[in-house]
Amino acid sequence: MDSADASEAAVKTAPRAVRDAAHTPLSASADNGLKIVVVGGFGVGKTTMVRSVSDIRPLNTEETMTQASLGTDDLKAVPQKTSTTVAFDFGRISLDEETVLYLFGAPGQERFWFLWDRLFAGTLGAIVLVDDRRLSDSWYAIDRLEHHGTPFIVARNDFGGPPHSGTDVREALDLDPHVPLIDCDARSRASSKEVLIELVKHLQSLTKAPEPTR
Amino acid sequence: MSGSRGSKRSHRDEDPDRLYTVTGGRSRPSSDDFDLVTLVVSECDPVPGMQKEHVAILTMCRFPTAVVEIAAQLKLPVSITKILLADLMDAGKVTARHPRSASVRSALPDPDTLERLLVGLRRRL
Repeated sequence: MDSADASEAAVKTAPRAVRDAAHTPLSASADNGLKIVVVGGFGVGKTTMVRSVSDIRPLNTEETMTQASLGTDDLKAVPQKTSTTVAFDFGRISLDEETVLYLFGAPGQERFWFLWDRLFAGTLGAIVLVDDRRLSDSWYAIDRLEHHGTPFIVARNDFGGPPHSGTDVREALDLDPHVPLIDCDARSRASSKEVLIELVKHLQSLTKAPEPTR
Repeated sequence: MSGSRGSKRSHRDEDPDRLYTVTGGRSRPSSDDFDLVTLVVSECDPVPGMQKEHVAILTMCRFPTAVVEIAAQLKLPVSITKILLADLMDAGKVTARHPRSASVRSALPDPDTLERLLVGLRRRL
C-alpha cells in the first residue's frame, strides 16, 4: 500500500472529531474556494447539516449593509438610513489539496436577501432545507433563488412526523418538475453527503442540457 | 439546530465606535475584490506596534484562510474585515487567492469544477 492509499484509508476510518478551525488549517496549497448555501427557516436544521459534514466546528459571522431606505416621504429633507444585518453559520470540507468547499447556513428571512448578491455571488448552488410541517417557511427562499437564477434542490429533513407524499410537497412548494426533491436526516453525515451529491448531480445535468425555460 | 445562537454574537450589538476605530473611520473597502471564500495568505510575520487586528490576521493566515473565517475569528462583520485585508494587501503583507469559479450571476459552474467537487465529496465524506 503506498502512502496515498494509506492516507486515504485514514481519512475514511478516522473517528469524527469536531475540531476548531484554528487547529485544522487548510493545506498550504489550497487556492480555490467553492460555495454552497443551505437555505431554510428557523430551526429546520441548517446548522445541523453543516456540522454533519464540516471538517471544523461551524463558525458564525455576520454582514451589515447600510443603505438609504426606500419609500420614505419625499418631503423629508433628510433621507432615512437603515442598517441590515444578517448572521450566518458556515463550515468547510477540504476536497483535495487545492480545493475547499465552504458550506453556508443562511436564513430564509426577507432581510437576508438584500445581501445575497454581496455574500453569495458565485455560489455553485443551494440546498433548500424544509420541514414538511412548515413548508410555507420555504416559499420566499425558493422564490428568491429562482429570481437570482441560483440552481437548487429541495431536501426534506426528517422530523419523524407522518410523511407527506412527494407530490404533496411539490405542489405545496410549487416546484418546477426538474428541481430534485429528496428526503434526508440532517444529523447524519451519510445522509447529508447524499444531499450534497444530489445537488452536484443536478448542477451537472444543468450544464449538459440547456436550462428549461419558464 | 439553528437555535444555538447568541453566545458568540459579541460583535452584534457592539459599540459602533470599535468598528470605526479598527478601520480608521472608513466604511468602504479600498478593494472590493475579496470574496467570502477568497483565501488569504500572510507574506510576513506580525511586528511590534501593529494594530491588533492586523497581528491576528497575519498570525491566522500563515496557512491559507478564507475571508469569512477571518471575520468569524476576529468577531467583526465581513465588510469591516475586508477593509482590514485591503490595507494589508496594499502594504504587501498578505496575498489573496481568489475563487476560480465564475462570480457572474446565474452562470453555471464549469464541468471540471463539478467533477472535482463530486470526487472530493465521495472521498472525504
